[in-house]
Amino acid sequence: MLIRRPTDILSSETTPREVYFNRRQWMAGAAGLALAAALPKGLGAAPLSAAKSPLSTDDKPTSREDVTSYNNFYEFGTGKDDPAKYAGKLKTSPWTVKVDGLVGKPAEFGVEDLIKSSALEERIYRMRCVEGWSMVIPWVGFPLADLIKRVEPLGSAKYVAFETAYRPDEMTGVDSFFPVLEWPYVEGLRLDEAMHPLTILAVGLYGETLPNQNGAPIRLVVPWKYGFKGIKSIVRISFVEKQPETSWNKQAPSEYGFYANVNPEVDHPRWSQATERRIGEGGLFAKRRPTLMFNGYADQVASLYSGMDLRKFY
Amino acid sequence: MAGRASAEGRGKGLALPQVPTIAVYIAGFIPAVWLFYAGVTDQLGADPMRALEQGLGLWALRFLVATLAITPLRQLFSINLLRYRRALGLLAFYYAALHLLTYLVLDQGLDVRAIVADIIKRPYTTIGMATFVILIPLAVTSNNASIRRMGGQAWAKLHRLVYAAAIGAILHYILVVKAWPPEPLIYAAIVAVLLGYRVWRAFFRPKPAKRRAA
Repeated sequence: MLIRRPTDILSSETTPREVYFNRRQWMAGAAGLALAAALPKGLGAAPLSAAKSPLSTDDKPTSREDVTSYNNFYEFGTGKDDPAKYAGKLKTSPWTVKVDGLVGKPAEFGVEDLIKSSALEERIYRMRCVEGWSMVIPWVGFPLADLIKRVEPLGSAKYVAFETAYRPDEMTGVDSFFPVLEWPYVEGLRLDEAMHPLTILAVGLYGETLPNQNGAPIRLVVPWKYGFKGIKSIVRISFVEKQPETSWNKQAPSEYGFYANVNPEVDHPRWSQATERRIGEGGLFAKRRPTLMFNGYADQVASLYSGMDLRKFY
Repeated sequence: MAGRASAEGRGKGLALPQVPTIAVYIAGFIPAVWLFYAGVTDQLGADPMRALEQGLGLWALRFLVATLAITPLRQLFSINLLRYRRALGLLAFYYAALHLLTYLVLDQGLDVRAIVADIIKRPYTTIGMATFVILIPLAVTSNNASIRRMGGQAWAKLHRLVYAAAIGAILHYILVVKAWPPEPLIYAAIVAVLLGYRVWRAFFRPKPAKRRAA
């Protein structure tokens, strides 16, 4: 997208520490004018130590620069580079996640306590966006199941609902003239999906705490589902009996289902999902690669959906 | 349309500096040259193919909008840019052709099966392709010889297809994005105003005595 909106934050305010330019950040303006957008790299990022995981893929990770400059985080605008430009305004510390609903031990967790009390792992996962592109991202996080066990869900809890922070003062995109989605952003999983060992809460990537544009300070990662299921900047996790509402499903129910499992055989109504372009692979002349069933995680997760018509439950 | 326009436009309007038409072509191709250069030298961000494809499409739409703005600018504000309209229209066509070429070669890798499936199954591709097809006869006849051969009226009638192309381009844009981001809606509003003006003029404005083009 070539439409640029001028930033209302001076670059001097957003790039205090490691101001660095490189040629990718020299982008074309509408009239072909080059305008410099210095992205804060690792603004406030702290190193995290994490154990390697056998659940990681061998695929070559996408560069840190691409992972942190090409994002969908509509709270900060619909352009792919908007989150990197504007998410710096989000205050991510202190941050608490409220866990409530049908649980024996409802609690509020400080993210820093969660980081300290969890066995962090590096999980290198494929990430397939519903738009038809993909990345390979070295997340740092812990299984969502670990957190779930701590709050002791009741037998009646069948689903887990997630909610993103809603902060109009810090999120440039939420009170725009054209509301793109209904805020706050909400997502959900079936309890067995939430308990699956592949499902993690990520608190970092590339060995450091999450950059804001990637969903700091804590986000969901479900690698066999389209990227929009990976709700960012989570403030609340609720255990519920009925299937919770999800943001994209509310926006366009015929296009985005609750499950949103990566499936090359079930197309988006407006475009094919059979292939994808891997970001950073071959640049302008990159070839599409075939999209894999459940994003390549079929061996681990297909049994969750046995007997279900995946065309109906898309 | 063009014939009447030039007759009406004569002798009134702002005295604008006369830029040679070739300058419009040269300036018009700067974005394309920049986009290709930036794409090849890895300056288009994480997804350069998409940036190139969308950039070229967006410029095609911008030139189409500029082409449609010429008549209202003259009739409402007495700003006469008529001599640049052909250049702007042809630029819209060239950009649409480059956009299509990028889709066929770089996006789909000339995978004929995938392309045909896209055209048949995906309304945004179907509409995009139809829009390009509409632009072809307009581009082919955008020269003085064609106006002479066809006669001004028949030529003007044919070139009203540009309205269909504008609507097609907007639908194509809206159908390719997720949700309702502002950019396509802003272009839709601009095109609605430009076409609405013509509807208003055709139906509600008292018709002036018929004039003939020179």
